[in-house]
Amino acid sequence: MALTLFRGIQTRPLLPYSTAFSARKHVIFCSMQSTQTEASTRSKQQAPSNFTETARAKAVEKVLKDFEAIIGIETHVQLSTTTKAFCSCAYNYGSQPNSCVCPVCMGLPGALPVLNSKVIKCAVMLGLALNCKLSLSSKFDRKQYFYPDLPKGYQISQFDIPIATNGFIDVDLPLEFGGGHRRFGITRVHMEEDAGKLLHTGSGRVPLLEIVSEPDMRTGIEAAEYAAELQRVVEIKNLNSFSAMSRAIDFEIARQAELYNQAQADEIVQETRLWEEGSQKTVTMRKKEGLADYRYFPEPDLPEVILTEEYVNGIRDSLPELPEMKRRRYEQMGLTMQDVLFLANDVNVAEFFDATIANISDIKLAANWIMGDIAAYMKNEKLSINEIKLSPQELSDLIGSIKSGTISGKIGKEILLELMEKGGTVKGLIEEKDLVQIVDPDEIEKIIDKVIANNPKQLEQYRGGKTKLQGFFAGQVMKESKGKANPGLLNKILVEKLNAKS
Amino acid sequence: MLSSVQNPRVLLLHCRRSKPFHHHHHHHHSKSIHAASLAHPISASIPTSQIQTIQKSILSREKTTRQFAEEFLNRLRLTEPHVKSFLHVSETVLNEADEIDRKIDRNEDIGPLAGVLVAVKDNICTADMPSTAGSKLLENYRPPYDATAVKKLKESGAIIVGKTNLDEFGMGSTTEGSAYHVTANPWNLEYVPGGSSGGSAAAVSARQCVVSLGSDTGGSVRQPASFCGVVGLKPTYGRVSRYGLVAYASSLDVIGCIGTSVADAGILLQSICGHDNLDATSSKREVSDFTSQFISKDYFESQPLKGLRVGVISETLGDGVDQEVVSSIRGAISHLEELGCTVTEVSLPSFSLGLPAYFVLASSESSSNLSRYDGIRYGNQTVSDELSAVYGGSRANGFGPEVKRRILMGTYALSAGYYDAYYKRAQQVRTVVQKSFKAALDVHDILISPAAPSAAYKIGEKKNDPLAMYAGDIMTVNVNMAGLPALVLPCGFVKDGSASLPVGFQMIGSAFDEEKLLKVGHIFEQTLQDMVVAMYHPPWNPGLLFLTSMADPLVTVVFAIVKAA
Repeated sequence: MALTLFRGIQTRPLLPYSTAFSARKHVIFCSMQSTQTEASTRSKQQAPSNFTETARAKAVEKVLKDFEAIIGIETHVQLSTTTKAFCSCAYNYGSQPNSCVCPVCMGLPGALPVLNSKVIKCAVMLGLALNCKLSLSSKFDRKQYFYPDLPKGYQISQFDIPIATNGFIDVDLPLEFGGGHRRFGITRVHMEEDAGKLLHTGSGRVPLLEIVSEPDMRTGIEAAEYAAELQRVVEIKNLNSFSAMSRAIDFEIARQAELYNQAQADEIVQETRLWEEGSQKTVTMRKKEGLADYRYFPEPDLPEVILTEEYVNGIRDSLPELPEMKRRRYEQMGLTMQDVLFLANDVNVAEFFDATIANISDIKLAANWIMGDIAAYMKNEKLSINEIKLSPQELSDLIGSIKSGTISGKIGKEILLELMEKGGTVKGLIEEKDLVQIVDPDEIEKIIDKVIANNPKQLEQYRGGKTKLQGFFAGQVMKESKGKANPGLLNKILVEKLNAKS
Repeated sequence: MLSSVQNPRVLLLHCRRSKPFHHHHHHHHSKSIHAASLAHPISASIPTSQIQTIQKSILSREKTTRQFAEEFLNRLRLTEPHVKSFLHVSETVLNEADEIDRKIDRNEDIGPLAGVLVAVKDNICTADMPSTAGSKLLENYRPPYDATAVKKLKESGAIIVGKTNLDEFGMGSTTEGSAYHVTANPWNLEYVPGGSSGGSAAAVSARQCVVSLGSDTGGSVRQPASFCGVVGLKPTYGRVSRYGLVAYASSLDVIGCIGTSVADAGILLQSICGHDNLDATSSKREVSDFTSQFISKDYFESQPLKGLRVGVISETLGDGVDQEVVSSIRGAISHLEELGCTVTEVSLPSFSLGLPAYFVLASSESSSNLSRYDGIRYGNQTVSDELSAVYGGSRANGFGPEVKRRILMGTYALSAGYYDAYYKRAQQVRTVVQKSFKAALDVHDILISPAAPSAAYKIGEKKNDPLAMYAGDIMTVNVNMAGLPALVLPCGFVKDGSASLPVGFQMIGSAFDEEKLLKVGHIFEQTLQDMVVAMYHPPWNPGLLFLTSMADPLVTVVFAIVKAA
């Protein structure tokens, strides 16, 4: 669902300083269209192998010795409100074309827009999550242009007074790309109606929040991480092309640098380019759009948007924990950055992890189980953590049962697999399969006695000096106990018995 | 209790009135239609609420709804070929009237406007009738929905009699800007009815309907009311939902009411106003009961308006205003003084700034509002392979010259590099205008001015002089800029050659205080004495049939003559 567009590739120097070998700076504005829908599925796309990622990164690294890429990102977040932005028409993603329309979204003569209050709430939440300054009084404007999919001849947007400005987003880069902490500025967040898509009015007029970043990113990876962090903040569900975005930007950096090196810099113009996944290239989509005069003026059909401190504070108090706060919290728990990024960067994994550690003290153990066996299973089966049958409660029970010695670690791994595949409870499985570890020395002794009695020949050999047979006896005892004998006790008693003078 | 109005103009009318009424009327009637010359106004009675009369008659079964409806339809059929108020006349009026009669038989609730024939300006959407806004671009366009005001009318039992003519998209002051035909002033068919709600005012004036809806962006209800000698009410911005009103200038547009009495205008407003979820600019303010203001004249005290502070806007009675108009206003002022008002002059220095600022703002908004008419969805599309040629061609062929002029002005005013000099500056002027009105209304209960600098002029007289036409809006645009309510009611006549044409005066009130305007207006017209009230009825107008009776033999004769003509 992600559409990566490059807009506003500027050829003029933007920043006053330059890197050692470069006199020019290019600003690449990347516009991201993302869609949030309830029916979405988790990303099952395999990321390109680390080898190609690394190779690409190296190629870009080489270019960046001579050039500094300056990247800003414009993101359109489509809200999952059940109604459209400026009318009360039901909005269902994927519904039949033109099946949910009313005079308002058709732009019929006499129809007026009415703002959906949920859009304002979402905008305030996002503004707060992105550390922005909120405008307690903002307004809507009309952006005017003719286009077949724009029934009114203008788009309702916010021009000079957006609802939120001057924010930032904190990002931890992945360790495989060198890691490190970055802060990227957010220029503004504003509300607008989505311009209709083609003539399919049913999907048009959907509420959008547009997030414009400062041109603070320098590489494809930084841009992709910015986008990924944004996804975590707004919980966009099915945007899965961060790697495509990263590749597209790196391609664009290389392309522009190449043109510049060949003295064809005048071919670098302000335009919209489209990333073609098949050929792994960007191509021209629209040119000269920067020249348009949109004749913005205040939208007379909508009153100003007035926010009270009270309203804003209410929303601030109800905000969920943000990903950056989560990462710092996990870091303080003593987890490594590798663990932190894995656990915190997927909101579902983080929720699972937090629920698991609510009942147990060994946080590191819980992290290991999730990042080890559970992650491996999810990867093999291509499932998300919400799709496996294991619940956090059962994982903490399982860890508890191993720690208390009720079951062995080996049995724990077996049970885990069953819990992930079929569900059920740890307690139930242990009882059902009679898996409780035998820790009673008398009971273990009885089994050992039985095994020794059944193997007089091997006993004789052992006592004759072939002490390696201890392993054979231990195996037999474990087999006889159906794997439940406590290994420590077993060995201790076995040695005593084998070495006993009869 | 009251003496006559001191206006010499009105006194003159008073003298003329001595001729026998019926006879006189009879003779001039057929003549005037051919010659389009004005006969002498004829006295009737003090304006009564036609709505209340109808309601009383049908509930007491004195007359059926169908009888009332037939009277109006007959008159409409007779007068329409001359006046041309309508772009569309409903074919279901009698059926709807019968339905109301059946409801009365079944003792069901019929609503406060039951049986009232309401004409609706054609830029207000109606689901079962065309809604062209007077433009070729919307020829044959039928909206799939009713405007909120229309929906409320229907819920109140009103019968929509048809859609009235207007200047295309409401842009004009004469109704000559209609893409379909020119409407005539019922007082003299050679004269314009005003505009842009010329069809709605003419229809009420000619008694083709009981009341009508218009829209007022810069005076489009008030100026035609003045030209046609009827009552026009422009409510406060936000008082009536604009949902379903084809937008001209959204921050100024308001749906207004036209009737033959203040009471009818008030009753009509009562049924269409109030907050609407479909219009974010509609006010949530509580609506008071306007009709409680309409007490009978018999209960008036000797000075029923004692203590009311009236400010006469001095800038509106100076240069450029017809002296006869000024005399009429002075007559009205004297009458208000007799009613107990304290009248003083008040200066609004920003008054003259309002007109240019209005045209910048209204044109800017209209350039945006009208961009949806791109030939893709409505109207005749110009065929071309190239998209911009489809847009350009369809708009070039579809819009009339005045609309194009305003789109061009507005587009210019909003363009990069000009925005600050025009649009922004005009908004600043608007704030100044709002403040000066607020200050004046802090020390006065109502403000008074003419409704227009002149009475109606001849058809074609200003058609090719847009600036002269724009200048005619000077009395009304400031009120829209400030968003205030205003009531226009007849106060005299102006002579133009052999023609004698009505003029109205404008009362401006504080925001959302329509109640006060209606109260003052009602007392004003109830105390005029019968001699001036004549002006409420165009001389040749068979509208008087309504006030007498269909059974009156003499009237029937008149009817027959008109028919023959």
